[in-house]
Amino acid sequence: MARRENSEINAGSMADIAFLLLIFFLVTTTMDVDSGISRKLPEKSEEPPKVTIKEKNVLDIVVNRKNQILVEGDQYVQVKDIKQIAIDFIDNGGGLSAPKDGKPGEPCDYCEGKKDPNSSDHPSKAIISLQSDRGTTYGMYVSIQNEIEAAYNELRNRLALKLYGRSYKDLLKDQKDNPSESLKAKIDNLKEKYPQIISEPEPIK
Amino acid sequence: MSKFKKKKKGLPAISTASLPDIVFMLLFFFMVSTTMRETDLLIKKPVLPTATEVKKLEHKSLVSTIYVGKSNNEKILGDKIQVNDKIIDVKDVPSFILSERALRKEEEVKYMTTSIKADKEANVGTILDIKEQLRDINALKISFSTTKGGDISKNY
Repeated sequence: MARRENSEINAGSMADIAFLLLIFFLVTTTMDVDSGISRKLPEKSEEPPKVTIKEKNVLDIVVNRKNQILVEGDQYVQVKDIKQIAIDFIDNGGGLSAPKDGKPGEPCDYCEGKKDPNSSDHPSKAIISLQSDRGTTYGMYVSIQNEIEAAYNELRNRLALKLYGRSYKDLLKDQKDNPSESLKAKIDNLKEKYPQIISEPEPIK
Repeated sequence: MSKFKKKKKGLPAISTASLPDIVFMLLFFFMVSTTMRETDLLIKKPVLPTATEVKKLEHKSLVSTIYVGKSNNEKILGDKIQVNDKIIDVKDVPSFILSERALRKEEEVKYMTTSIKADKEANVGTILDIKEQLRDINALKISFSTTKGGDISKNY
């Protein structure tokens, strides 16, 4: 009989309780998405493979502990110049690519560079070497890495627009949202045409 | 005149009955999107450098984070490395990664990424030492954590 007297539970304070919880989560929430420049480290091998690389196929970037940048041993440059220097170097296409699977090397038919015989032969041969001092600040180091990445992205993007009529970013985004074999092939093709070859020699002591 | 008065009187109060629903909706949103801060920083909060060409880190559960920054104590110079809740030496980085690996399934190990959150004033030497240690134990995927922004001239 007593039960019948028990009418509905008062839900008026429900909003208050919910508000309390809401404020708690609002305060504790951190919505930072972890993002950054991703790099793949080279595997460690017992003895480094001996390959002869022509001097002209290497773009030497050296940073000292005063955050001054030297390119190719004689040019003193600013961070913002690196992107264009890297693009010119990678996209030069002055010679033939490395022979692959028994096929002879081919000239770079998609490069739009100056075809200077004293610069890199082919994007697949172009190596960017970044040597830093132990005392270089991390911000500088990341900025240079960022500029190099930007150079590669711009070249890939240009090729993507030419071959597929879409931007590289667009392709990557599409691949993430709805992955498919054909998209992957396109992206891999672009990556193969402009492979990222970055070497980081031992730092200056 | 009388018409206007009538209208004013007849204005009903806004119903607040749906307020709890709205609040609950917000509540669930924040509950789902929230990530509790897992580690307390023992070093000074690193000021991340800015970069334009950033990639989002996917599979958050497969990311192990290494913090690099100055000590909280002003008198102690040099960069400190922190993982989880303790400050460690460069030599202990591999054991940290191995302990992180032990927590994951075997097939997931190759997708594990190491995120380096370093202060922009930190020395590259420290970072290169960490990279060398990571190479030793074949933890090759790394990410330099940055904030996305257009102006990178503040990095140096």
